[in-house]
Amino acid sequence: MTLVSALIIPGIIIRTKSLCSGRKGPALFQPLFDAGVLLRKGVVLSPVTTLVFRIAPSVSLASVLTAVLLVPMGRQDALLSFSADFVYFTYILALGRFFMILAALDTGSSFEGMGANREALYSLLVEPVFLLLLGTYAMFTGYTSFSEIFSHFYFSNNYAFIAGILGFYLLIQIAMVENSRLPVDDPKTHLELTMVHEVMILDYSGPDLAIIHFSTWIKFALYGALVSNSLVPSGWPVALQTGLFLLLQLSFGIIIGLLESFRARNKMTKNPQFILTLTAIALLVFTIMLLSSYMSSK
Amino acid sequence: MKDTLIISDTSLPVSLAEIPVTAYALFRQRVLTAMADENMHCVSYFAFPDDGEYRFICILADDQTHQLCLMGHRDQGPFLSLTADNPAFHVFEREIYERTGILPEEHPWLKPLRFSVDRQNSHKGMDHYPFFNIAGDELHEVGVGPVHAGIIEPGHFRFICHGEKVLHLEIQLGYQHRGIERMMESSRGGLSHALLAESIAGDSVIGHASTHAAVIETLSGSRLSASLSIERAVALELERIAMHTGDSAALCADVAYQLGQVVYESLRTIIINTTQRWCGNRFGKGLVRPHGTWFPLNEDLGRIICNNLDAVMERLLPMVDRLFTLPSVVSRFDGTGAVSRSQMLAVGAVGMAARSAGLKRDIRWSHPSMPWKETAFQPVVLETGDVMARAMLRKIETEQSVSLIRHWIDQIKEQAGAIEQPDYQRTLLPDALAVQLTEGWRGEICHVAITDKHGKIMCYKIIDPSFHNWMALALAVRMQEISDFPVCNKSFNLSYCGHDL
Repeated sequence: MTLVSALIIPGIIIRTKSLCSGRKGPALFQPLFDAGVLLRKGVVLSPVTTLVFRIAPSVSLASVLTAVLLVPMGRQDALLSFSADFVYFTYILALGRFFMILAALDTGSSFEGMGANREALYSLLVEPVFLLLLGTYAMFTGYTSFSEIFSHFYFSNNYAFIAGILGFYLLIQIAMVENSRLPVDDPKTHLELTMVHEVMILDYSGPDLAIIHFSTWIKFALYGALVSNSLVPSGWPVALQTGLFLLLQLSFGIIIGLLESFRARNKMTKNPQFILTLTAIALLVFTIMLLSSYMSSK
Repeated sequence: MKDTLIISDTSLPVSLAEIPVTAYALFRQRVLTAMADENMHCVSYFAFPDDGEYRFICILADDQTHQLCLMGHRDQGPFLSLTADNPAFHVFEREIYERTGILPEEHPWLKPLRFSVDRQNSHKGMDHYPFFNIAGDELHEVGVGPVHAGIIEPGHFRFICHGEKVLHLEIQLGYQHRGIERMMESSRGGLSHALLAESIAGDSVIGHASTHAAVIETLSGSRLSASLSIERAVALELERIAMHTGDSAALCADVAYQLGQVVYESLRTIIINTTQRWCGNRFGKGLVRPHGTWFPLNEDLGRIICNNLDAVMERLLPMVDRLFTLPSVVSRFDGTGAVSRSQMLAVGAVGMAARSAGLKRDIRWSHPSMPWKETAFQPVVLETGDVMARAMLRKIETEQSVSLIRHWIDQIKEQAGAIEQPDYQRTLLPDALAVQLTEGWRGEICHVAITDKHGKIMCYKIIDPSFHNWMALALAVRMQEISDFPVCNKSFNLSYCGHDL
């Protein structure tokens, strides 16, 4: 299901942004058609690059596909589930990113070096937010795998409700940072000097570029799935759950599109501060949950 | 003979014989003394061949007395550069060296201006191009261009950075050099001159075309009718509104503020379509011609222009309020790319870039031509010199231009005289010089034409405001983040082809 929504979310975001700017916008599946064109094209390799540059897109795709296996759909169990798998999830994605950063450095371009530097910094900073949030959920539910966390996650009391709202906000912001969208990065810009993710993949062409696009979309849908899962009620039949899940994924795309339409991007130096604020909010969630369990144990 | 010729009415031609020729030492001393006054700035300094030697003419503008000072010397060999004492002359002397090969000694940075190699020493290829260097393990260089990812003109930008921080930016231009001045001198004149003038910079068509037309009219000794001067002024202000709006859109795009971008873009379309309705070209090509016009501004047109401007302002004002109160935009603009007043003064910046940093330089106020003389025009001057100031200046100047246009269009209704048609055949005065200044949207545009003894143009010098201002951009990004360069660049929006000619 995550894969299905991965195919449609990019189109939704673009369409939402177009509508917000008073335009019609491209077809919903235009990004897919573009990727199809890329797949049919040849690859141009820079003579200074090495093996790292060539395997990085595949490693990146493999890492997100593995991560997909860990994420449940609604309250249905994930394909792969073991205790503390959210830590595995974080680092399998980090592995893919690590290779992309190496590949960017591999080209020897000054732009890509800058982009790799920024990407490394922001993902380093956003990691504690994610782990803190999931750690809190794990503590709250008493389980440590995605499937179990989500199947036992419910809004039992006011504390959990507050934590749920904050968690929802955090997951959306993490998704924005991890996938290089506003306000940290601007996927639309054509200016190499301001790019983060886009500048790292400047040297890729053809199928390699298509693979990178696929993995970016899937990664985005992955975070969308995490957001949706926390909202799907567990009592419903599977078909309804699936429908609601897809609907939530759609609204995730629309929310991102809206968020991006009506604000400007951060100054580059403000980004670390912005991400650290997210960490602070994650700490707040943790404190609330701690209070909640303290109160209920009384 | 006096060593300085002062003219207060640029609509009269100057006889070449009246322009002083002094010994270089005296010239240098006079120029530097005059430039010590901050109301003075150099509008043009150039050399042209004369009897096997080169004759140099320097034109300084005095903002306080509203006059121009002309000084000159005649030289063949190297001389001590003015730049050594006043950095504002660095581009002028580089241009002179590139054209004539006369070496300005002790020039701190005598690198090519419009060519990729040293023209006087062409076996020194690109490999020997004197790029600025800083040594250090922690520093890295980033080179951008001349081919860019976006739809902008070619230019090479070389940053020396410490991490994300820019220590130094070197701008290398010349990729757009077409030899416009030489074509002006070699073409037969008339219509081809007017067409060339329109092509100097695509974003300042009216600015350059009306400056050129004024030069030709001055040299043929004719005076402009009131209705024609109003027509050109309205066109110039329309161009200013269109460019300021378009630039505001681009500023929004660079900070990824989509709403601002699309609103400003759509408003710019209305404005340039108004120009198209007027003369058939969105950028005003064909609108301004010497001695007359094919597209007289009548009452009907005036009404259309006013109605369209009303429609634009109705949507522009709420957008402006939103833009300058949106925290994410304000945090990007505020304090970014600040250039101080003293820096602007040192590099000889002009136009809206200078006004954004507290330097009151506006030809419409300091050397006004006809319709501005009667409006008691006061330029907008802001203090901070950052991207915010340049964005804000665009907003205020747009409002100002709209009210000017409304004022002038009201006057048209009262006077409906005979329509003059363009005339390309009039003879020009021999051995004369005409200098004209116009405040285009970017800053002062200066055209100087000199005729030979047959009344043919033998020297034509064009100074686009970008020529003065590129150095200000290089200063603006110092100690800024490299990712803020695009928004700084867009806030100046300097012309590549206007500089390269």
